[in-house]
Amino acid sequence: MRAEYGKLMMWFFLISDALTFSGFLTAYGFMRFKFEQSWPVAEAVFTHFPGVEGDQPLLYVALMTFILIMSSVTMVLAVNAGHEKKQGAVAWWMLATIVGGAIFLGSQAWEWYHFIQGDKGAIELADTRILKVADADGHVVSFSQMVHGEAGHASNHDEEFNQSDVFAAFKANPNWKLIEPGKAGAVYEHAEAMALLGQGADIVQGANMHRNEYGHKLFANFFFFITGFHGFHVFSGVVFNFILFYNVLLGTYERRNHYGMVEKIGLYWHFVDLVWVFVFTFFYLV
Amino acid sequence: MGEHAHPTGTAWIWKIFWLLLAITAVEVALGIVKPEFLMVQFAGTSLLNVIFIGLTLVKAAYIVMYFMHLKFEETFLQWTIYLPVLILIPYLTFILIAEGAQIYAA
Repeated sequence: MRAEYGKLMMWFFLISDALTFSGFLTAYGFMRFKFEQSWPVAEAVFTHFPGVEGDQPLLYVALMTFILIMSSVTMVLAVNAGHEKKQGAVAWWMLATIVGGAIFLGSQAWEWYHFIQGDKGAIELADTRILKVADADGHVVSFSQMVHGEAGHASNHDEEFNQSDVFAAFKANPNWKLIEPGKAGAVYEHAEAMALLGQGADIVQGANMHRNEYGHKLFANFFFFITGFHGFHVFSGVVFNFILFYNVLLGTYERRNHYGMVEKIGLYWHFVDLVWVFVFTFFYLV
Repeated sequence: MGEHAHPTGTAWIWKIFWLLLAITAVEVALGIVKPEFLMVQFAGTSLLNVIFIGLTLVKAAYIVMYFMHLKFEETFLQWTIYLPVLILIPYLTFILIAEGAQIYAA
């Protein structure tokens, strides 16, 4: 069918990879549907933007999306320059693509760091449900605000709180209640909440594979697994792109008299962007 | 190679870039504002979510057809790629949504 062998095989690999990712994302949707009440709303989780105080939902991940689309564009430009056999242009666009991929990976590391570090903290009941502390208006109150007062909000998120301080602060303020993090989750007014705490409870800060302050345990597991698997694809792509870049500089493809390899790796790189488009929608928007 | 009419120059690349950027900007704006009139129930979820998924599929189509160049490949190759994905992924999604409704009710 007059398609180059290597390109065809790359496409077949990408089909299988697309099915793998769709398996992950549908599994995510499946579990989220089941645990809707305790599944965190993404905009309450990913709220940080470097250098900006306060909650900035979606902005950071929008920036990451922009970076990845941009690096996809520089990759198309590299492939395009390859068709015209412009060695210098291919090298420059490949370099730009590598830089874009590296910035994306750095951004992801930053986001993971803040996700693991935690933000406002939460209370884990004896039945392992995660509840957030909220004020009378339903706004989530952070541990820092509970223990240090309103001024505490702007402070760093590194402080480790101990259970007795948090529980004492909660007990002292009858306006505070406990809420489930999900859409239409349960709300426990102060008296009811105190009774729940009396049955044995713990505080949670940050996230790991066993529990997280944002909501259902599976949320963090899926987050680590899906964005981690995608991030590993990006990392592999950056390595491939670097090998390409190096070979462009050596003149390997000039001697071969075609830049077919740039096109094949380009397919992979666009696919990584394509997957991110879906991760962005299902993890952060929907 | 007998490829379909292949675009030349770089103007078309930037055109797709601006389009993808505009769609992403609309998604982010909708995600931040969450307009009340889009929060109505539709197809088992909110109308806003349906719009998000629709816009995502448009973005995906542009990436595959133009950036991945599939629109300009042999027709046979195009369908070799499209068919498995267009059959299997909706099938998987359908099964998990149907099963999800069962397990949620249980």
